[in-house]
Amino acid sequence: MADLVLTAEIQNKATELIENALIKAGVSAVLLIDGAGNVLANCGARGAEIDAISLAALAAASLGATAQIAKLIGEEDFSLLFHKGKTGNIHFGRLGNDLILVTIFTDEVSLGLVRCRVTEITQPILDIFEA
Amino acid sequence: MALIDLNKKEVHCKIVYYGPGRCGKTTNLLHIYATMNEQHRGKMLTIDTKGDRTLFFDLLPLNLGKISGFDIRIQLYTVPGQVMYEATRKLVLKGVDGLVFVADPLRVRQARNIESLEGLRQNLLDLHMNLEETPLVLQYNKRDLVTPPFPP
Repeated sequence: MADLVLTAEIQNKATELIENALIKAGVSAVLLIDGAGNVLANCGARGAEIDAISLAALAAASLGATAQIAKLIGEEDFSLLFHKGKTGNIHFGRLGNDLILVTIFTDEVSLGLVRCRVTEITQPILDIFEA
Repeated sequence: MALIDLNKKEVHCKIVYYGPGRCGKTTNLLHIYATMNEQHRGKMLTIDTKGDRTLFFDLLPLNLGKISGFDIRIQLYTVPGQVMYEATRKLVLKGVDGLVFVADPLRVRQARNIESLEGLRQNLLDLHMNLEETPLVLQYNKRDLVTPPFPP
């Protein structure tokens, strides 16, 4: 498997997309990670407070486990995963085969908006990494 | 698959401790955590489960200093050793850059070592990787237990 080289240009383009679509919509933090649990981008006011390495590893494993659950019931995969807390929520969205977008938000932002914005930026982010 | 972040000047590598159940994979990580300088190690992540066996994985991030101006960041993972957790092992192996196969040298565990190594080979093939082309350390563990009263 080839190594992934993350240039400043790729990171800046991805970060800009995430900032415009999700951070400006009011979400607290967004992590863009790969399927191996590497952090590719970390955005948002709470992004620096979060243990991004642990969260990325758990998110990648969690979505991987969810894919196995999907197979057990005859689905190929579940493309998203959502956990609701008392005040904080987390949304995991799969972008293509290798990327995962982890969005952390409070009850002030609706899940529908997060899902909509994640869907909107999925292809543009994939285009950046495939270019 | 290493991640080379040219923006932050970091190289991230994933090393997985693999081996049969009870061979000492988590103990390896705990020992590294206990003996490394706090400046060079991150927070160890262990998923709490009932009992002392690993059900998902353990993670220990390390910062090994600079090479040619790039920070070398290593993430050490363990897999669950029990036979039934094959799917979880495959998940953890995704994107692995190097392996430590922890073998249990007790004679009674020989078959389990072989079974685990064969499982590793197959899991890598399923991920389109080849054991012969992946950096691998074979660790013959528990050599401090070779003298009686422990069984050979």
